[in-house]
Amino acid sequence: MISVRGLHKRFGELDILQGVDAEIPTGRITGVVGPNAAGKTTLIKSILGLTRPDSGVIEVAGTRVNGDESYRSRIGYMPQIARFPSNMTGAELITMLRELRPDATDVDETLLSSFELASEMNKKLNTLSGGTKQKINAVAAFLFKPELLILDEPTAGLDPRSSSVLKDKILADRARGRTFVITSHVMSELEELADEVIFISDGRIRFNGSLSQIMHLTRQANLERAIVELMERGAAA
Amino acid sequence: MTMSGIPQPARRGGIWQVAKPQVRNVVRSRWLLCYVGFFMLATEGLLRFSGGDARTLLSLANVVLFVVPLMTVVYGTVYLYNSREFIELLLAQPLKRRTVFAGLYMGLAIPLTAALVAGVSVPFIVRGMDAASRLPLLTMLVGSAALTLIFTGIAFCVALRFEDRLTGLGAGMGIWLLFALVYDGVLLFVVSVLADHTIEKSLLVASLANPIDLVRIALLLQFDVSALMGYTGAVFSRFFSGALGLMVIAAALVTWISAPLAAGFVSFSRKDF
Repeated sequence: MISVRGLHKRFGELDILQGVDAEIPTGRITGVVGPNAAGKTTLIKSILGLTRPDSGVIEVAGTRVNGDESYRSRIGYMPQIARFPSNMTGAELITMLRELRPDATDVDETLLSSFELASEMNKKLNTLSGGTKQKINAVAAFLFKPELLILDEPTAGLDPRSSSVLKDKILADRARGRTFVITSHVMSELEELADEVIFISDGRIRFNGSLSQIMHLTRQANLERAIVELMERGAAA
Repeated sequence: MTMSGIPQPARRGGIWQVAKPQVRNVVRSRWLLCYVGFFMLATEGLLRFSGGDARTLLSLANVVLFVVPLMTVVYGTVYLYNSREFIELLLAQPLKRRTVFAGLYMGLAIPLTAALVAGVSVPFIVRGMDAASRLPLLTMLVGSAALTLIFTGIAFCVALRFEDRLTGLGAGMGIWLLFALVYDGVLLFVVSVLADHTIEKSLLVASLANPIDLVRIALLLQFDVSALMGYTGAVFSRFFSGALGLMVIAAALVTWISAPLAAGFVSFSRKDF
């Protein structure tokens, strides 16, 4: 679904991405992990075209990301921070997104009911809790039944019930053949969801393969320990 | 994606679909209510206490020329910094950056302009006004609307250029300070130093280079009170008068609206969000 080759990005003095190559397979859930400031969000934002890489090639479903906007109609994005214009309501936000894509008549609002958001949608967004805003964020990402969903820390701020609702939705949509890219700091969560793992550290990909491969490679009991093992090996090398 | 295999070009929402929810958002803000209320109170107060319409307009013009650029640049800068995550959400949609930028600009400039025009003109309409004041009032409304467009553009420029919001806000207010207060003083100083040289042509150019001065000159040309014009105004009125003067000013204001907008768009299209 996504192919990244030789991606470089500098922000001033900081080399955020230093030649990233990655393959994200169709119909699977790829977890992107790595320490803080490793370049996870920059990688995601480059795929979305929010950040322009200095060099390198990104292809989404065979289309090269080069400034043309139409490929983004295939992507649902759930950003890490849910902040919206303060006097807008959730319903107005959804209406706006739908008006921006007048052709997309077939929408998926199942999360609205499974999150029990109906009574919250007509309140101003700045009066809602962070978790509720994050739920609306999730509704927006799944709205147009995109082939590819990019979720940046999707369960951060969600209570356990909402978090499981979202995970169930992710797994159900993978079963429909959708592709997911998920970043998370919660390794147990990625262990539950991910088929593939991309481990990124200091702007380079340290591992890109299946979850079972990384567990086999490191001989550790869980993903968290496996990642720590990889980091230690990297430091030793 | 489609069964036929040939993807149809999808219809996309445009600038107005981006701008509309933001217009609604700004209109609902308490800040905008205060902004309208301020102009209503100022206009009503001046109408009540300072007698004739022409004098009211002159006093009002001084208030408006001071307040509009300052409030627009401050609110515009803060607004754009606060919209950072919303801009990311918009840019993740299948929209061109051009569309998002234009939508953001209109989403702010439309309610600010409407608030100003409504706040100033409602007291005049309610009280009724003599025919002679209509044209100066119209000039003031158009001129201050132009200042709103110009300083919204400057606010966007500054907020897009500086990552740090305090730096951005400081730069915005610095630009306001320059045009509103420093500019005329510096010119006077230059003139007094170069008193022996003929520098009227350069002064003419200088008068075109300050948007607040331009609107002030446009107003004073109509009242024919060049004594109140400041130095650039006095020079300007010697070269241009009547319709020609207004046309030159209008052309300069259009340039002043476009330039920050173009610079802001260049920053916006290159920016990493």
